[in-house]
Amino acid sequence: MYTRTRMVALGAAAVLALAACSSGDGGEDEPEEVDPSAFAEGSTMAALADAGAITIGTKFDQPLFGLKPPSGDPEGFDVEIGKIIAAELGIPEDGIEWVETVSANREPYIEGGQVDIVVATYTINDERKEVISFAGPYYNAGQALMVMSDNEDIMGPDDLAGKNVCSVEGSTPAANIAENYPDAELSLFGAYTDCLEPLRNGQVDVVTTDNVILAGYVSESDEEFKVVGEPFTEEPYGIGLAREDTDFRMWINDVLEEIFEDGRWLEAWNETAGTVLPEPEVPTIDRYEIE
Amino acid sequence: MGALFDNLDVVAKAFGNTLWISVVAGILSFVWGVVLAAFRVSPVGPLRAFGTAYVNVIRNTPLTLVFIFFLAASPQLMGLVVPLGATMAIIAMTLYTSTFVCEAVRSGVNSVGVGQAEAARSVGLTFIQTLTHVIMPQAFRSVMPPLINVYVAHIKNTSVAAGFATTELVAIANRLANGNPGDVVGIFFGIGLAFLVLTVPLSVAAERLESRVAVAR
Repeated sequence: MYTRTRMVALGAAAVLALAACSSGDGGEDEPEEVDPSAFAEGSTMAALADAGAITIGTKFDQPLFGLKPPSGDPEGFDVEIGKIIAAELGIPEDGIEWVETVSANREPYIEGGQVDIVVATYTINDERKEVISFAGPYYNAGQALMVMSDNEDIMGPDDLAGKNVCSVEGSTPAANIAENYPDAELSLFGAYTDCLEPLRNGQVDVVTTDNVILAGYVSESDEEFKVVGEPFTEEPYGIGLAREDTDFRMWINDVLEEIFEDGRWLEAWNETAGTVLPEPEVPTIDRYEIE
Repeated sequence: MGALFDNLDVVAKAFGNTLWISVVAGILSFVWGVVLAAFRVSPVGPLRAFGTAYVNVIRNTPLTLVFIFFLAASPQLMGLVVPLGATMAIIAMTLYTSTFVCEAVRSGVNSVGVGQAEAARSVGLTFIQTLTHVIMPQAFRSVMPPLINVYVAHIKNTSVAAGFATTELVAIANRLANGNPGDVVGIFFGIGLAFLVLTVPLSVAAERLESRVAVAR
């Protein structure tokens, strides 16, 4: 039980540290004056800049990317990306309304107009492109494996035969293991955190999901766990928006390319997920056409 | 319900797993429950105290917590690491269901007239002999209905194992529902029917047995 207390304490410390950071460099984040008439008339950018407000969907339970502390605004890499886009529209931080989008309600919220954009560890894929559209990617994640730090047998997904692999019932990583590595024994719980005690106890050998989620556990585990090998799937994270709004999408793509160039992307990374994860390669923006 | 038929092999496996856990844990809880009941009515003080404490603690603990105990506490407290899946489910459910079996059997023992025990003692039977030859056979006749209730609940309680890495019916229902969002109602309806297949025959058999062994008082 002591580990759980320690995790809470660490979490609290991280929240305090982040709060200190954001109040310290608050001045930097103030958006420059943006003239709404600079955007094409009738465009989404002009409307948002005019209103001085934007609604952004993100995850509230995803450490390093989008995590909402019990009181206060969400924090993480996704949140920083959202803030940069808002700032480019001349919208200050207090003009952003954060809405929790869990995996299941992201497309409905975009289609229904409850949110303007979604930045929520949102993997770009073809099924989703049929109902919404994606700017980006702004980060490439992938499924990875986490083991105890003293484990030397498992170096990658090809070593999983006969091993007990822990994941979540109904998740994409679990389906991927069942399909492509049928010799692995799957133990499926309701949440990834349920896999941690069995991993400590040796009831399972490996925990698998996206590398960004595992990185959060490694950082909280006091070097008890480690992530092994390279990610073995591709999960490019994009920014979701209304399907037909190509002008807005291309504008966000321009913003992303600009911040890749001028260092704001890397700065946002280093302040959040970069404290735990290695520096990523700059992604290539996918300016696809919709039919 | 199409998704269930498309995945009949995994559903059948999950059904088998539910059945296996129900039957093995059911038999073990019967044995351990009767022993506990004997403890609780025995003339030996420490056994009575142990039986009472065990039954009251476990019976009043949610089954989920019993599972979590084996997942998170027992390895740290006593170095006991139980394999995930059916093994953990059988151990947790045996410890849990046996308390209810014990209380049902004890109520049956209490329903047997005091004169029976006195008569047995007066012909020279020991406590164990009195219990096994005189009291228990009469007790079981009157505990059939409550015992069947215990076992119907026991079968349904196997669904708790779904949250603890056991591939039984409810876990499979969740998995299929995630993969087939259009067929959720059909999937859960079908899994509900699968549970009826397990519990209804038990009730029918119990009613038959009850009418055959019923004792007229």
